[in-house]
Amino acid sequence: MKQKSVALVGDQAVAHAVRQSNVDLIAAYPITPQTIIVETLNEFLSNGELSARYINVESEHSALSAVIGGSLAGGRTFTATASQGLGLMQEVLYVASGLRCPIIMAVTTRAMSAPINIHADHSDVMGSRDAGWMQIFCENVQEAYDLTLMAFRLAERDDVLLPIMVNLDGFLISHTMEDLKILEDSVVSEYLPPRVASLKLDPERPMTFGSFALPDYYTEFKRQQVEGIENALRAAPEEWKRFEALSGRKYTVTRPHFMDGAEIALVSMGTSAGTARYAASKMREDGLKVGALSVRLFRPFPSEEVKKALVNVNVIVVMDRTVSFGAYGGPLFNEITPLLYGTNDSPTIANFIYGLGGRDVTWRMMVDATEIALKKKKTGEKIPKAQFLGVRE
Amino acid sequence: MRRKFLSSKQKLKGWKEMEMGGTISTPGSSVDFKVGEFRTIQRPVIDLSRCTKCYICWAECPEPCIYRKEDGFVEIDYDFCKGCGICAEDCPVKCIHMVPEAE
Amino acid sequence: MSFTSLKNLPLKESLAPGHRLCDGCGIPHVVRYALKAVDDHSVVIVNATGCLEVCTTPYPYTSWRVPYVHTLFGNTGAVASGIVETIEKLSSEKRSQYFDVIVFAGDGGTFDIGLQALSGALERGHDFLYICYDNEAYMNTGNQRSSATPMYSRTTTSYAGKAIPGKLERKKDIIGIVVAHGIKYAATASISHWRDYMTKVRKGVEVKGPAFIHVLQPCQTGWRYDPALTIKMAKMAVDANVFPLIEVEKGKYKITYRPPKKILVADYLKPQRRFAHLFLPENDHLIRQIQQYVDQNWERLNKLEKFSETG
Repeated sequence: MKQKSVALVGDQAVAHAVRQSNVDLIAAYPITPQTIIVETLNEFLSNGELSARYINVESEHSALSAVIGGSLAGGRTFTATASQGLGLMQEVLYVASGLRCPIIMAVTTRAMSAPINIHADHSDVMGSRDAGWMQIFCENVQEAYDLTLMAFRLAERDDVLLPIMVNLDGFLISHTMEDLKILEDSVVSEYLPPRVASLKLDPERPMTFGSFALPDYYTEFKRQQVEGIENALRAAPEEWKRFEALSGRKYTVTRPHFMDGAEIALVSMGTSAGTARYAASKMREDGLKVGALSVRLFRPFPSEEVKKALVNVNVIVVMDRTVSFGAYGGPLFNEITPLLYGTNDSPTIANFIYGLGGRDVTWRMMVDATEIALKKKKTGEKIPKAQFLGVRE
Repeated sequence: MRRKFLSSKQKLKGWKEMEMGGTISTPGSSVDFKVGEFRTIQRPVIDLSRCTKCYICWAECPEPCIYRKEDGFVEIDYDFCKGCGICAEDCPVKCIHMVPEAE
Repeated sequence: MSFTSLKNLPLKESLAPGHRLCDGCGIPHVVRYALKAVDDHSVVIVNATGCLEVCTTPYPYTSWRVPYVHTLFGNTGAVASGIVETIEKLSSEKRSQYFDVIVFAGDGGTFDIGLQALSGALERGHDFLYICYDNEAYMNTGNQRSSATPMYSRTTTSYAGKAIPGKLERKKDIIGIVVAHGIKYAATASISHWRDYMTKVRKGVEVKGPAFIHVLQPCQTGWRYDPALTIKMAKMAVDANVFPLIEVEKGKYKITYRPPKKILVADYLKPQRRFAHLFLPENDHLIRQIQQYVDQNWERLNKLEKFSETG
């Protein structure tokens, strides 16, 4: 399949994916580091290269509200935001998932204020992890392009019908230029033909969307949402296999590296997964049996795959790029630890908070973290409390 | 007087049968809920012999539960009448009277 | 479409009975007259959280016989924008039937929490009609004050007690705000003057671009008067010049109804227990102040009618 080799920053790659995807409505509000997405889309629009309607909304709350309207009218919709913008949309997130709107939102992950910081960390998307949206973490520019395309198909499936956040680390992917391969317009157009919505606002079939559910009904609607998001555990690999046939690139819910026979594992998400793979390779040179596991699909959490990958590992270093204030550990730690409860020889699971507000994490820091974890194992402390990696005391 | 409320007699559906996301696909399904059963104080009675078919009561009923019939006169559907009294108040020939519900 | 007599109005009821609105509620009139005025159009209703939404859509019952969507309280301007743009695209591509978008939102969802989204939608010029049903407080949650609550009105968050006589701020001039966005059509209406209201709704739907109608909707539960008087209260508000019926076409103001017999503000306030404290002897000056503001506003509108020009 013929593809074009280009060099783009992550935001541009996402904009290209949206341009090709037969999107009907885009409504977005600029916020660093997502601005290049909206600017590139507007450039396409002004040159007649984008057939979608574009609304320059006056806030993120209105951005998501507008695309919900568009989605219920039967269109394919897209928006993008980060940090404070995602925070402002909070109440609308729950409405989007509750009304089963297959909206795609690119989130260039960025730290939440205060204090204000425009650089990468996962505090914004982690704050929304219970809103009923699917969440996918990209590692590089190629993934930002590919996973945006795949997100449309996954969201619009009748057995899923839920919105998706495609997360790309702010500046680290959004503003970083890398080479990638993009598909031909016609290939994407065939992969993503114009949306045909089954349930929509239609004078021929008048329906009421957004009714008032009292206590004797609300629970059942939430149970339906759980079914939809868990169907994605099966649906995502199916859709990604279809994409593999087009692009030659394989995607799985987790990306294991040297995990076979590993005794130590570095678990992370987003761009630092690449650093973790490098750190693992370096530590292997010193004879340590280290592997790296990158979690690509975070919501729904691929419990089975993660458990299978980690069940025979003795020392697990879980790295969270956000703080869950007042909790014992970070979000990723909280997802993983219950999975390994009661498994043979309960492993040592050491949680590290790193990279907040765009703070750089190096492979040497990950080696330090591994050493701390190994020390904990020696002293018999199975699940030490989460600690910061790289904070000045 | 015993009151029956329709919704409490309905068997509630499970999550697999319910429509997704709270969507209601039957337009106007509220006609199955007889709000007139909540009426406790008064009800309107029309003296058709004096009715001039001005249709003010039809237009101003908040339900609406005053219907226009084939013969041009109006009829009150007591299944939905809440007894507000707007029809009696605004009838220009005062041919609608509010009578106590107890009667 | 002729609005000559009630007899000739369309019979189709897009709002079914069986809703949970209070006895004597004025909201059904806002909806019924509007939808009958554009009976020949396909419409979709976008509704903000509030009395209308809660009382017409308790799952599994809906009173709506037209397509309807409710999402949140303060975003109807944005949701309507999204629907309008999408349906214009889909209908031009023959993927969907074209329909008009009509928003129904209360004073809370328009004057306060929804003002930003409304402003954005008006500024961007999407083609839809926004109807605000104004019961002058957050009525659905039990009568808390909004910026549409008139001065000295008693609400639960602007009590009339020994120290403070109700809400001290004046009612926000929403028409002024809306007109400042340069839209082609804005109007006020009352459920007591159905012909005036329906003419305005039709104009609003047919104009290309955003249109805004502010309708006074008496609320017996919040204003505290005998439910049978709802339409009469609306008429009194107009006759006292408390709620003048005007329209603004491209910036040119016009008074669409001049009460043949003006009544005193006090006559309008007396039947409503939310103003009962004003009739204590020590509060006489407050009624005089309200009368003064009402008269000044009527003067202002007359001047605007005379001097404003099409923009």
